[in-house]
Parts: sequence; C-alpha cells; structure tokens
Amino acid sequence: MDFQSFVFFLLSTILIVASLRVITARNPVHAALNLILAFFTCGGIWALLQAEFLAIAIILVYVGAVMVLFLFVVMMLDINIDRIREGFWRYLPFGALIGVLMVIEMGLVLGSKYFRVPASEAISPAGVSNTKAIGELMFSDYVYPFELASLILLVGMIAAIVLTYRGPKKSKYTNPNQQVFVKAKDRIRVLQMPVEKD
Amino acid sequence: MFANFVVPDLLPAAPEIFLAFMALAILMIDLTVKDGRRTLTFILTQLTLIGCAVIQAYTINGEVTYTFSNMFVDDLMADVLKIFLYMTVVTVLFYSRAYVTDREALSKGEYYVLALFATLGMMVMISANHFLTVYVGLELLSLSLYAMVAMNRDSVASTESAMKYFVLGALASGLLLYGMSMIYGATGTLEITAIQERLAAGAVNKSVLVFGLVFLVSGLAFKLGVVPFHMWIPDVYHGAPTSVTLLIGSAPKLAAFAITMRLLVSGLISMAPDWQGMLTILAVLSMAIGNLAAIAQTNLKRMLAYSAISHMGFMLLGIVTGIVSVDGRFALNPFAYSSSMFYVISYVMMTTGAFGMILLMSRAGFEADELDDYKGLNKRHPWFAAIMLMLMFSMAGVPFFVGFFAKFSVLQAVVATNNIWLAIVAVLFSLIGAFYYLRVVKLMYFDAPADDAPLVIPTSMNLLMSANGLAVAFFGIFPQSLMELCGVALTRSL
Repeated sequence: MDFQSFVFFLLSTILIVASLRVITARNPVHAALNLILAFFTCGGIWALLQAEFLAIAIILVYVGAVMVLFLFVVMMLDINIDRIREGFWRYLPFGALIGVLMVIEMGLVLGSKYFRVPASEAISPAGVSNTKAIGELMFSDYVYPFELASLILLVGMIAAIVLTYRGPKKSKYTNPNQQVFVKAKDRIRVLQMPVEKD
Repeated sequence: MFANFVVPDLLPAAPEIFLAFMALAILMIDLTVKDGRRTLTFILTQLTLIGCAVIQAYTINGEVTYTFSNMFVDDLMADVLKIFLYMTVVTVLFYSRAYVTDREALSKGEYYVLALFATLGMMVMISANHFLTVYVGLELLSLSLYAMVAMNRDSVASTESAMKYFVLGALASGLLLYGMSMIYGATGTLEITAIQERLAAGAVNKSVLVFGLVFLVSGLAFKLGVVPFHMWIPDVYHGAPTSVTLLIGSAPKLAAFAITMRLLVSGLISMAPDWQGMLTILAVLSMAIGNLAAIAQTNLKRMLAYSAISHMGFMLLGIVTGIVSVDGRFALNPFAYSSSMFYVISYVMMTTGAFGMILLMSRAGFEADELDDYKGLNKRHPWFAAIMLMLMFSMAGVPFFVGFFAKFSVLQAVVATNNIWLAIVAVLFSLIGAFYYLRVVKLMYFDAPADDAPLVIPTSMNLLMSANGLAVAFFGIFPQSLMELCGVALTRSL
C-alpha cells in the first residue's frame, strides 16, 4: 500500500466515524462539531483527487459559513433532546430493516458485473491550475447557469425577508420638541356631569 | 486570459434577460411605492410579461437555435409554450388582483416579484438543453413557489402546506439530481442533445443508465404530480392561498411538460422501451387514484387537485405512445406529442378558469372553496354559472369543449399504437371522473343558494372570465388551429 492509499483509507475511516457520530451523538453541539469534521475530511479526500479548489470551497463555505451558523442556531435554541429521541429505539428496528433492504437492493444492481464505469482518468497535467480552469469555465461556458444561480440566491433572500420581516419596530422614544409644546387641553379633558343626589 | 471566449448569442434568450432585468428593477421600484394596493408594481409586472410576449413573438424564426455553449435551446416548441406561459401568468395575476389586495399578508411587492422569478424559472426549464439548466430553472421556480405558499404566514394551513411542499420538493430535486448524476456517469456529458448522440453511437453502460433513469422519472413524476408521487398536490393546493394555488396549478404544468419532453424524448430516446413502461404505470395509477379520490372531496380546491393528478396521467399517455419501435430503431410520432401538448395547453386553460372562479367568488375574509359555496350559483349569477358549466364539462371531456378534443386526440394516438387496453382504461376512468364534475353543475343549477351575499365582480374581471370560458368553448368547436400549431411546433423541434 502506497502512501496515497494509506491517506485515503485513513481519511475515509475518519469520515465514516464522524458521519455516524453526527446521527448518534446525544448532544446537538457534538453532532454539529462532528459534521464539521466530516466536511473537513471530505475536503481532504477531494484534495487527494487533485481537486484543490473544491477542497478549499467546501471548507470555506460549509465549515466557515454554514456550520458556524448551524452551531449558533443549535446553541441558541433550547432543544429538548430527550423528547426528540423518545421514539428512536422504538423506530430503530423497522428503520434499520428498511435501510438494510435498500442497501441490499442497490448493492444487487450496482455490484453486478454489468455495472462498471471506467475509472476516471482526469488527472490534470502539470502546470494547469484547477482553480483557474474552474473559474474560466464558470465565466465562459457555464455563465448562464451561474447567473441563474445568483438569481436563486436572491430569491432565497427575498423569501427570508418576506417571511420574517414584520415592519419597523415602533420603539417608545420621547420627543422633547413635542413635550415642550404640549398644552393643558391635550392632556386634561374637562367633563360636564350632572350633579348626582342621593 | 479568455483566449477562446466567444460572447454568446444573446438574442434567443432576449425574453429571459428582459424578464430578469425587469424583475430586479421592479424589486427596487417597489421600495418607493407607498400604496398598500401596490398598483404600480402590479402594472409594471403585467407590462413586463406582455413585453416578454412581444419580444418572443418578434424573435420567432422557426429554427432550432442553441446558445450559451448549447445550454439554451430556442425552438418552435419553446416559443409556443412560452407565449402560452406569459398569457397564463398574466391571466393568473389579473384574477388574483382583488384577492391579493384584500389580504394584507399577500399584498406586498415581493408577491409580484416572486411570481416573475417563478416565470423566469419556467422559461429556463422550457428552453433547457443541459441537465444543469433544467435543474437550475426548476429550483428557481420551486423556491419562488415555496415562498409564495408560505407568504400567508399567520395561517396554520398555509405554513403547513408550504413546509410539506418544501420538504417533498427538496426530496424530488434530490431524486432528479441523483438520476442525472448516474446518467452523467454513463454517458460522460450533461448536454441533452449530446447524450442522445452518445447513446445512438452505442457502447454505453445500459444498467447504469436504467438505474439513473428510474430516479430521473421519479423526480419528473414528483414535479408533474402523478401517482405514486402525488401526495403533496392535494395538501398544497388546499393549504396555499387560492391565488398561489392558481399559479401552482396552471403555468408550471407547461414547464413540466417541456422538461419531460426534453429529458426523455430528446435526450433518452434510445431508452424509450424502459421509460415507456414506467410512464404507463404512472399514467394508469394517476387516472385511477386521481379520479376515484376526487369523488370523495367536499372542497373544490382539493377536488381540482385530484383532477389535476388524473389529467396529468392522461397527458402522459400521449408521451408514452409517441415513440414507435420499428425493428430495433425508434421512430418519432409527432402526432402523439402534439396531442400531449394540446392536452397540456387546454388543461392549463381550463384550470386557470376554474381556480379563477374560486378567486372571483371569494372576498375579504371569505374563501369560496367549499363545494357548498356553489349551490344555486345560477340564481345568483347566471353568466358565471354558465362559464363554470363550460369549464366543468370541458374538464369532464363532454363533446364540443376543448377538453373533449384533448382527450380525443390523446386516445387517437394511443389507439394508433394498438394499445387498446390502455385506451379502454383511460375512457373508463374519464367516465368515472365525469361524476364529480357534473356534481358541481348539479349544485349550481338544481340546489337552492346557501349564501345570499351579492356577487360584486368588476367589469374587467367579468370580461376576462368570459374570455377564458369562451376560449374553452371556441377551441372546442374549432380545435384545428391550436392542434396544427402544436403539430407544427413539434415537427419543427424534434
């Protein structure tokens, strides 16, 4: 086993263990941290495939932005974890059965000798920068979906604002100018009432 | 730096570019609109859509043009579908106008901007020639619609249906993407026309392709809303604000038809025997469950939702029978596809009218979406009752309305390929379906009105609704023009 395969198997093991911990960890913060580890390891595997741009992107975008936000939400929400996991053991046998069945079914299809895709030979020659190539493609051949993706992000922003914004807060502040000009009749109302006798 | 960069030909995509630009402009202009009714935003939105239709009409040349590195295709099918798309969205927004302004949560500039972005998503889907464009267009459409369903945020029903729509829609996108990645793995390209060339050249791993195809068809079935991927349709149609239901139920069917044609017929025609079987099962199940479940509904929106499921099943029959295998080679039968396209267009026409009727009957604080709200409509407003009668007869497939010719031409295509049992099943379930359409007619004409509130309909809406109802009757008596248009569009595009 050469060094590359050794690194690959090491990273894969860490990835699988971390992914398992994401769904089994009791503490949601631990789950989120394990997810970060999983993304990081995934980035490592991509770097092994010479896709250094994707490796950096997943770490910057997922670990740097998405997961930090996720952690914030998890820490700020007071999630009662025991109530969520109440049905876990009850549903586990059935869920596991279905999961195993699906794995077997897919294995039968994918594992057959007909399902062979030739291994990727996309090893970039020396002197070609992956990042530069992706950048050039993105702004030339793929400019149309790229621009549309930006519109999708905009729609996401519009949706988030429309669904949560409830108008400006009417904060209670005092306006000294109005206070100075207040007249007695603005505050006191004199009523004429008949005299009551008893 | 960009040594081999060529500026793409922007003319075929001119309507898309115009719409995107105007949507952004309207988003900014709306910030200055103080009017709670958003009249300026509404007018600008409608002008934008009409402008798109004008640009589209001027750039039709009947040729198949590719641009943006073959990611975008402009052919006659796309032109025709897009023009119907603009007409539908304009009509939808006119019908929704009073309903939206009566409800504070919906009456925002973003409502119109999101409708424009949804339209843009559908246009991208119709003109897609690349898996990536199909997906990006689909997401643009779906995200805008999720947000529009949820906009009525103080209503529990709307929020719940938005959540269901979002989760199931995301699942469907996942299935579609997984299928696409498998097909990419087998053919090595994402470009739809190139996939077809690779498949025709042979030497492609068949089992990987079929594996991907299963997921691709499942994803498409989710978006079309056919059984067994239909569960979201009744809940979303029922829970969404009626104006949004109208948008979800009408125009996206045109786009879903277009991507089905592009993915299955243009891209994977060599796989036809495989997907024909899958689509047949989907179609038969949809016609059965859609028509039977609709009988049990008491809510008109839910009933129309199940009717949508059955209609989409019927439409799939045309796509199934479009390819005839002649000693190992595949011959296209444009007649079957044009019957499917005619079916989709006429279905959109009918469903726009039917949901439009619910919108016009509703008023502030009252939704006219129960079947009982239509009792004795003939006494309250005879003309609207007559239009509703035409729409229901047309959906049921009563002769000399457009729905009859739609069903008739699809059945003709089915019989032409000797699938007699399929035709019998389709006719049988349409007969069962006629029951619940006729029940609406019975309620309108033979029952006493339960609600005596006078119907106040502005003249403009009255005119539009009349035009919609009369179009259903007109194309029922003279279907040739529309039928020929669909036929020419498909023979020029395939």
